[in-house]
Amino acid sequence: MTAAIQLEGLEKIYHEDQPNIAVRAVNGIDLTINHGEAVAIVGPSGCGKSTLMQLLGCLDRPTRGSYRLEGQNVSRLDDDELAHVRNRRIGFVFQSFNLLARYSALENVALPLMYSSVDNPAQRARAVLERVGLVNRAGHLPSELSGGQKQRVAIARSLVNQPAILLADEPTGALDSRTGEEIIQLLLELNAAGTTLIVVTHDLALARKLKRVVRLRDGKVEADGPPEQVLAEAPAGVQ
Amino acid sequence: MSIFETLRTAMRALLSNKMRSVLTMLGVVIGVGAVVAMLALGEGTKADIEKNIRSLGSDVLTVRPGQAQMGQVRGGNVETLKVEDAEAVGELPGILQVAPSAQASAQIKFLSNNVSASVVGVTPEYFEVQKLVTQYGAPFSETQVRGRRRVAVLGSNVAMKLFPGSEPLNQRVKIRGLSFQIVGVLAGKGEGFSSPDDQVLVPLLTHQTVLFGRDYITTMTIQVENENDLDNTKLEIEGLLRSRHRLRPEEASDFNISSTKDVLATVGQITGMLTAFLAALAAISLLVGGIGIMNIMLVSVRERTREIGIRMAIGARRGDVLLQFLIEAVVVSLLGGVIGLGVGAGIAFTLSKVAGTGFVLPLYAVALSLGVSLATGVGFGVWPARSASRLDPVEALRYE
Repeated sequence: MTAAIQLEGLEKIYHEDQPNIAVRAVNGIDLTINHGEAVAIVGPSGCGKSTLMQLLGCLDRPTRGSYRLEGQNVSRLDDDELAHVRNRRIGFVFQSFNLLARYSALENVALPLMYSSVDNPAQRARAVLERVGLVNRAGHLPSELSGGQKQRVAIARSLVNQPAILLADEPTGALDSRTGEEIIQLLLELNAAGTTLIVVTHDLALARKLKRVVRLRDGKVEADGPPEQVLAEAPAGVQ
Repeated sequence: MSIFETLRTAMRALLSNKMRSVLTMLGVVIGVGAVVAMLALGEGTKADIEKNIRSLGSDVLTVRPGQAQMGQVRGGNVETLKVEDAEAVGELPGILQVAPSAQASAQIKFLSNNVSASVVGVTPEYFEVQKLVTQYGAPFSETQVRGRRRVAVLGSNVAMKLFPGSEPLNQRVKIRGLSFQIVGVLAGKGEGFSSPDDQVLVPLLTHQTVLFGRDYITTMTIQVENENDLDNTKLEIEGLLRSRHRLRPEEASDFNISSTKDVLATVGQITGMLTAFLAALAAISLLVGGIGIMNIMLVSVRERTREIGIRMAIGARRGDVLLQFLIEAVVVSLLGGVIGLGVGAGIAFTLSKVAGTGFVLPLYAVALSLGVSLATGVGFGVWPARSASRLDPVEALRYE
């Protein structure tokens, strides 16, 4: 069975043509994540977490190396092909929710379906909204929802096209600890139901809840393993 | 994304910022409105003038004296056209009748009422050629003309001004201090330039000898038997008049012969130029409206950078984003065009009612205004839309 994600010698270098300001944000990463895994990516600020996230999310192309998503090399796709991959095979959950303010919860959830022309978008969106327990808030605007509810809507939106992997960037960063806890539980439930989950976070409490933790430093993988092993050996000040 | 969904998205964005959308649209409304109003007024005036000229009939030729030319200096009208010329033209084959006439301005008085009018000396043929009908009384008789009688037929407007509420027939008016008996009043012809409604007709000989002491005529109106022979007849008249005026071959004619068709062409050319000029001026405001759209769309793209980033992250292609913003611009512009069309037509209609001229909304003006507003939307919307579609999704998502 092919891996969900397979990175080989992945590099992302900004301003490579100007050596004095060039930044090696991702500097040779080899990483394999299998279907159904739940992986936390941790590391200090500037370690390349965000850049890796953008590469994994097909928002950006690597400078070098290869990225196989479910066996397909997506590192050299053109803009439209990348858009299609983002639409169908990747779900995004952001720290700041990124919902459209003028669209109701249901419409926000249905938005990805608008770009993939499926039948009955409203019905599908409603089903996913039900799964995150917010069907009674379907007609509300984001401004009428609490932070936790907004993040649930965002999670529903990321799931609506049944993606293979779910990428969450600090999903609890804008929430209080109790609400954050609920969001983590929801993400773990989704993972238990088969969705591959990758969470980028500073929050070690969150990272501990996942089965595998990858620690980055200076654009490279510094440690990779179960949380008790990786986080125990973490040097002070990693958070 | 389907075109229907894109349209819905655009409408949503526009409705969520109603005031801004309306103000943006206003530029196009004013631009298209101005162009349509100018075209409609121009066409209305043209149709009016043409109707007037056409009422003369297409079987009519008009001879007018040319202008005296001394070196580079242009003098007044030459005085070489005579009644005898008209009689000679009448002898030519293919001529139905000839109506020589002389025109001058004078004061007409009745008691304390005073009107300045164009006094035209005419023969009985004039009434037939010009298709003039008397409402009261009768046209001049041959006897009245030959006898140099002091009789007059009033145009309807002149009669109304001189005799408000009283019967003009058989009354006496004073023209240049001389007493004239009114033997007829013309039926009104309606608005128009040099309308017979504003004229006073007197017998030609009376005009020449008694009133103004001149022996020349200012117009010769000729009705031909067969309008298909108009061009040939024109050439024959020209030859005859040239030989009568003893013009050498190298000399220019001292008269002009024009047919209704010629006059129509000239008038069409002049009003067409005027209309085009006014419409071009109005089009400048359309240009300003277009720049307004571009301006607002650029602001809108910047404001919604994050939204663009979100849409791209969840699968919008660059083409989807481009189309979304382009359609927004086109909807604003096209809607502005439709409203402007209504506003312009309304203005032209109101003005034509006030001024009493004709109202014509030419189909080409409708097509032009809608086409131009569509083109304005696309033309001025494409740059903002392109800049939106070229955003880097990573940068756009980071935008605050």
